[in-house]
Amino acid sequence: MKRNIVIIGGGVIGCATARELSAFEADVLLVERAADVSEGSSKANSGLVHAGYDAVPGSQKARFNVQGSRMFEAMCKEVNAPYVRNGAMVLAFDEQQIETLRELKEQGEKNGVDGLEIIGREQVLALEEHTNPEVLAALLVKSGAITAPYELTYALADHAKVNGVDFQMNTEVRRIEKTERGFVLHTSRGDILTDCVVNCAGIGSGELHNQLSPRKVKIIPRKGEYYLFDHEIKPMFAHTMFQTPTKMGKGVLVTPTVHRNIMLGPTAKDVQDGMDVSTTKEALQMVREKSTLTWPKENLKTVITTFAGIRAHEAGGDFIVGAVEGAKGAYEAVGIESPGLSSAPAIGLYLAEMIADNFELKKKKKRIPAPTRSKPFSEMTNEERLEAYQRDPAYGTVVCRCEQVTEAEVRAAIHRPVGATTVDGVKRRIRAGMGRCQGGFCSPRVMEILSEELGVDLMQVTKSGGESRVLIGRIEDEKPEGDDRHA
Amino acid sequence: MEKTFTCINCPIGCQLTAEVDGDQVTKVQGAGCNRGVAYAKQEALHPTRMVTAVVNVPECELPLSVKTAAPIPKEKIFDCMKAIEAAQVKTPVHIGDVVCKDVCGTGIDVVSTRELP
Amino acid sequence: MTGMREIDVDVLIIGAGPAGSAAAIAAKEEGIDNLLVLDREAEIGGILKQCIHNGFGLHRFHEELTGPEYAQRDIDRMAELNIPVQCSTMVIDIDPGKRATAISREHGVQVFHAKAVVLAMGCRERPRGALAIPGTRPAGIFSAGTAQKFVNMHSYMPGKRVVILGSGDIGLIMARRMTLQGAKVLACAELMPYSSGLNRNIVQCLHDYNIPLLLSHTVVDIRGRERVEGVTIAKVDQKLQPIPGTETDYPCDTLLLSVGLIPENELTKQMRVEMSAVTQGAVVDDTLQTSAEGVFACGNVLHVHDLVDFVSEESAKAGKAAADYVLGKRGAVQAMLPVKDGDGVCGVVPQRIRQYRDAAQATDVRVMFRPDRVYQNVTVQVLDGTVPVRSVKKRIMAPGEMAELVLTAKTVQGLSADGLTVRIVP
Repeated sequence: MKRNIVIIGGGVIGCATARELSAFEADVLLVERAADVSEGSSKANSGLVHAGYDAVPGSQKARFNVQGSRMFEAMCKEVNAPYVRNGAMVLAFDEQQIETLRELKEQGEKNGVDGLEIIGREQVLALEEHTNPEVLAALLVKSGAITAPYELTYALADHAKVNGVDFQMNTEVRRIEKTERGFVLHTSRGDILTDCVVNCAGIGSGELHNQLSPRKVKIIPRKGEYYLFDHEIKPMFAHTMFQTPTKMGKGVLVTPTVHRNIMLGPTAKDVQDGMDVSTTKEALQMVREKSTLTWPKENLKTVITTFAGIRAHEAGGDFIVGAVEGAKGAYEAVGIESPGLSSAPAIGLYLAEMIADNFELKKKKKRIPAPTRSKPFSEMTNEERLEAYQRDPAYGTVVCRCEQVTEAEVRAAIHRPVGATTVDGVKRRIRAGMGRCQGGFCSPRVMEILSEELGVDLMQVTKSGGESRVLIGRIEDEKPEGDDRHA
Repeated sequence: MEKTFTCINCPIGCQLTAEVDGDQVTKVQGAGCNRGVAYAKQEALHPTRMVTAVVNVPECELPLSVKTAAPIPKEKIFDCMKAIEAAQVKTPVHIGDVVCKDVCGTGIDVVSTRELP
Repeated sequence: MTGMREIDVDVLIIGAGPAGSAAAIAAKEEGIDNLLVLDREAEIGGILKQCIHNGFGLHRFHEELTGPEYAQRDIDRMAELNIPVQCSTMVIDIDPGKRATAISREHGVQVFHAKAVVLAMGCRERPRGALAIPGTRPAGIFSAGTAQKFVNMHSYMPGKRVVILGSGDIGLIMARRMTLQGAKVLACAELMPYSSGLNRNIVQCLHDYNIPLLLSHTVVDIRGRERVEGVTIAKVDQKLQPIPGTETDYPCDTLLLSVGLIPENELTKQMRVEMSAVTQGAVVDDTLQTSAEGVFACGNVLHVHDLVDFVSEESAKAGKAAADYVLGKRGAVQAMLPVKDGDGVCGVVPQRIRQYRDAAQATDVRVMFRPDRVYQNVTVQVLDGTVPVRSVKKRIMAPGEMAELVLTAKTVQGLSADGLTVRIVP
């Protein structure tokens, strides 16, 4: 069976594109190598919606960032993903850095960014009292915002799914072959034939591009490491706090998340293996040291976890978005690193419109709205909780103590259009396991619910698909391993 | 023959050495008190241990926790585990109910430590 | 259909583990009928349910019991006294006005208006993330307690080849538990130069099974993409920093972490009572009352205990005090004497001692604390200002064994207003 359009990659770019394409009459399949969407770069990044002052004017990064940033709030609202316009600040600690702030402001205005203002020390400290008092000035970025990148990706996937996009997980595209019949995708689960292929494969996008196009690209995986703190009623910082950028990127930042945690990071280190998201002592130390420039009183006592993400940096330094040079019918978003998340709405729209145009796709008369999401139990008032309970008594059982997530919500996460099938999938959809005990209390319960809902033995439940089973056997199956056991 | 072990009676954890001749302990060195001497003699000649484990009970999600009613010879620990594994239990079970009688010929029963209605 | 119920309770006890149970029994015996115990689990007993090993109750019952047996003693007594316990109920909010919002499948949303509250929520385990152990984040990393739950409450094995980080009792117990169920435990690494576990456990959980105890070692890397494939253990120096060149790789599929217990004080903080940075629990007086009148804390939520017998004793005091508070039987206090950590002492509880106007109201006070390191042949001294009022010789003291001493009622009533310091004198 020949598909019309196959999107490779279920990150925020692939899912945004899928969602835009689902507005058209077309057969769309999204294939993802992992067991779930949002398992690559999209699950581990700063979650920032950049205003766009940082990108080089005229670049694709600048264009898509600024447009994406403008589209972001409406998109989040439409798909029920979190968005907080908390504003950002770029801090300057010497005259040279203040000069850089001026350059950034100018660059931003050239890119079409509104709401940029250089403010003085007093104003910085009035807005953010925990900032290093040695700060001299800051670039205040009023349109800076934050989201939860994985929650957004799931929401985009759900919206695409209810509008007819098929999703196939555990499908790694190893080779794309252009034939007269169309593109043959040789995957880990067999061959797929399609008219149109859209390469949104993140860290793997370079390899796939080079199979199709005579013009070669080079993806350099760039790792970034983070600290995550316990959330508080009022986090130490409300704005996303940048330091003046360098050649390697926007530098170590201190930012609140949409769930009121504080996050420190990231570093930027080029690595060989695009799948390497291990944390390292050196990088974590660097994050700690560098972040004290912004937040001198930081102490790691309430850190709940550290993690690393990977970026697909293209050697040329810009996005490569559009039709694949030398391969008619192939489209791509290659080299999506920061500001990739911010650009996602714009890239998705651009690719979809381009594909719709080239394949003369008819726009659907009506699109099914994104599934509504109930307010999280943790944010409900008592009256709302009572009402939720009366609707569904599974709201009566709190599964995750730290994040106040109920059984009803765990089940709902599994039953979403692109539903969770793993412990991490549940975790990132509704936060069970993201709190201070990091799943110590809730993971057995979440696993029991997954086991029930998926109809599998507890032993089959995985952390994140593949070989990541949590348990290895039942007690009666285990035999002692040999007799060198006791003295 | 010399046998060495750490005393378990208090946090000091004296390093004890017992001289064993046949079925007698002829000397104990390193003990800081009499309790240590007594422990060394026991450990050298007849080390025993309590064994605790769980048994699966059909139709019960919660397994039954069990223990040996008294310490058993140390060398029988793994055999005891096998016997526990093979035990057939039916509810209701009360604390103290025998799950394995005279486990591994020790004269000691394995008993339930949980109330399972 | 169950609506939102507002319920008046004289004594509300949050947690039906050993702490909450003991408090409930004491409150009932003291004369409170309108009391209620709430617990988030389906069964009473708290963490004892999964502690199937023995070693509990030696002080309290003069016999060695397993965790479930110890818990059953309180369960039986609570049934005897008809103490109402509501299980599968989570307290999700509480405020300084002693209004607690709870939710449960059976009862929906309930708001309890309590005259007195006893906080007995226990503690949680420190996760890998909080230690920032570098490496990958695969399946196969468990806190020892979570692994224990899988094994003892669900009959599932979390792994086959295991490395354990942390030689506290939970880690040691799990070393043995996993071995008896057929796993191979390769090593137990301990950051400090001494173990915080009982010698009995080191012998019966590690030595018995030839499991090496690596003191002054820690895990510096975890590898494995989907499931743990190995960990790297390195020696640490006196500053507890890994020494380069000492790294050893241990191929394994499981890492168990026994790296600290943290009192579960989210609700306590919502009540805005004074907290201690040292114990990570509330600041209390010798009746276990916090800085808020009618709010009491006991058990592991107050400070992490080693022996459940002391949890029971402490919590009984708290329950009785909560009852007396409601019944108006609390004696008039003439002074609240602060108790401070002196040299060598960590986390004295209680941090305040009541001195009564009527000396007949005074009782003996048990002061508990941990030494900051291992000491041999020292004296624990209590100073009233600068005057020693109590001295106890101790042959051995270790951070893994909570120390205690008793101040008699007479001593307490005779104290000055200067405040007490507990210290270790070599």
